[in-house]
Amino acid sequence: MSENSLAIRKFSDLANPTRFLALADRVLPWLAALTALFFVVGLWLSFTTEGDYQQGETVRIMYVHVPAAWLSMMCYSVMALAALGTLVWRHPLADVSSRAAAPIGACFTFLALVTGSLWGKPMWGAWWVWDARLTSVFVLFLMYLGLMALNRAMDDPARSSRVSAVLVLVGFVNIPIIKFSVEWWNTLHQPASVLRLDGPTIDPEFLRPLVVMAIAFTLLFFTLHIAAMRNEIWRRRVTSLRRLAARSAGREM
Amino acid sequence: MIALFLRDLKLSIRAGGGAMIGVLFFMTVVAVIPFGVGPDLNLLARIGPAILWIGALLASLLGLDRLFQAEREDGSLDLMLMQETPLLVTVFVKCAAHWAATGLPLVIAAPLLGLFMNMDALAIGATMLTLLVGTPAITFIGAVGAAVAVSLPRGGLLVSILVLPLAIPVLIFGVSAVYAAIEDPAPFLPPLMILAAITLFFAVIGPVAAAAALRHASD
Amino acid sequence: MRLLAEGLSARRGEDLIFNDISFALGAGEALVVTGPNGSGKSTLLRVLAGLLMAEKGRLKLENGPPEIRHPSELSHYLGHRNAMKRELTVAENLSFWKNFMGDSPGGSGRNLVEAVEAVGLRGIAHLPFGYLSAGQQRRMAMAKLIVAYRPIWILDEPTAALDAGADKLFAGLVNAHLDTGGIVIAATHQPLGLERARQLQMTGFVGIDGGLWHDA
Repeated sequence: MSENSLAIRKFSDLANPTRFLALADRVLPWLAALTALFFVVGLWLSFTTEGDYQQGETVRIMYVHVPAAWLSMMCYSVMALAALGTLVWRHPLADVSSRAAAPIGACFTFLALVTGSLWGKPMWGAWWVWDARLTSVFVLFLMYLGLMALNRAMDDPARSSRVSAVLVLVGFVNIPIIKFSVEWWNTLHQPASVLRLDGPTIDPEFLRPLVVMAIAFTLLFFTLHIAAMRNEIWRRRVTSLRRLAARSAGREM
Repeated sequence: MIALFLRDLKLSIRAGGGAMIGVLFFMTVVAVIPFGVGPDLNLLARIGPAILWIGALLASLLGLDRLFQAEREDGSLDLMLMQETPLLVTVFVKCAAHWAATGLPLVIAAPLLGLFMNMDALAIGATMLTLLVGTPAITFIGAVGAAVAVSLPRGGLLVSILVLPLAIPVLIFGVSAVYAAIEDPAPFLPPLMILAAITLFFAVIGPVAAAAALRHASD
Repeated sequence: MRLLAEGLSARRGEDLIFNDISFALGAGEALVVTGPNGSGKSTLLRVLAGLLMAEKGRLKLENGPPEIRHPSELSHYLGHRNAMKRELTVAENLSFWKNFMGDSPGGSGRNLVEAVEAVGLRGIAHLPFGYLSAGQQRRMAMAKLIVAYRPIWILDEPTAALDAGADKLFAGLVNAHLDTGGIVIAATHQPLGLERARQLQMTGFVGIDGGLWHDA
């Protein structure tokens, strides 16, 4: 019982923006250094492993493309969790988290789309095809941009947080569609080859750099996300200070 | 006048991202088309220029109704009407700022969407060039509609209805210039020159008509 | 400089709002327009500002600068709305109007810092206009009157959202403008605290006027 309440207190401690800022200051340098380390190793592996006998050198694009695509979905899942936090527990940091994640997710999605079409041009002969996987990822990209536009349009975070949380949750239906689109429909995009129930179907030669790069991308996401949350908290503090300044100005006369 | 241009630019970047919403709408409209006509790449490549032009036309109509209505609602329009500087110059500068904030991003986003439509480099270049030349005309025509509808509640839809028929020549010559560039026998320059002429013509007619409408709409 | 109004009358839609109003104002003179709601105060001011066409009568400027087509080009108009953008900062708003309007011949506007100080709101010019309270917004709209020089001020209910302190401050601004040879025309319910003000009592049009479509 006491352990449980301690956990709850720890949790609500984290909800305190000041505590969060202190924690972020301590964690960020380490996280950034770790990210850089993994990227160095991952990129070195990506460029030194052998090329595919069919795809040749273009297979190396996959080491960026696949992690970016994973992250684009994970980022939305983080946003959906944060949206739940906003709606159910009214956690003050949940909205900050969701708001900070949207541009990062958009960047990862854009990266996945760009690397995908760079790969698609030599392999499929077209920059873009309208198959289920590609289209649903493009829809995800549009959703990220739409959420960013919504967040910008409403300048009062207290009111906009609920509205955008509802939208995030509604949009979450797209994530399973993206994940299973390659299995439900017969598409040009190949099906999953790493995360499968019967073990990966990919050669260990390619799996090693892919896993390292995936870890590097995940770390990069958390680094950027914590930094963006810190910026968002600071931005809100600046806004409330300015409102305070406006209220107190001209009082003396 | 530079002050007015910069102010309108700042407003469209800051207030709820009016500039960004236009591009988003453009992308969404173009992305919807393949669902309707099917993912046949050859077909998409053939109709791509037309789709991009229609998308750009609709997207550039999107924010037009606020061009003068926002000024009227906070009283700025009254002050603009009173100045010594001719109203048509003010209208022209507002149109230029509106185009720079909403039309120019469409031109820049067009190549990306061209790739989605499986268009080749020549078609994409031609579409970009014609959009660059043609979209200002849509803004100038739209300014007339926006000025006529300035005092109406829910004028937004009305502006689109008023403006779309007038913008049809722009669409015709824009799309035919692109197809002339792709398909060999037809020359590219004449339709492009006509498009440029339409833009220049409306750059004069539009502000004059819009200024006249604004003078009479004030009450 | 003299501002002359001769036999002005105006309509809104079909209704005749007022009929045959004449006055003459010289440099340094103020006209306070009073009257109940609906008596046509705002309409009169919009006619003077050139925003409404007068049905009959003339508005003239004597001994003014020669190249002026209508007295409105020498006028400031402060209507019910503040003509400021909520999304821009106060300083951006004011400097835009200063640049856009420019100065009329015969004077020069004050710089932003002085203007903001004159309305007693030093130190918040960097804030977005939307952050300010209604009274503060009104005072910033008044700062607009002094960043660009205009000899004629046309003010519609200028002190509606203001407290007593700001009232006094505003009376100071108007008196300073009159001292430098300006002309002020203000519609108001409240006494503005102006020393040499003349009164114009509006009663509204009471006669019978059927308008264009009536047979009388």
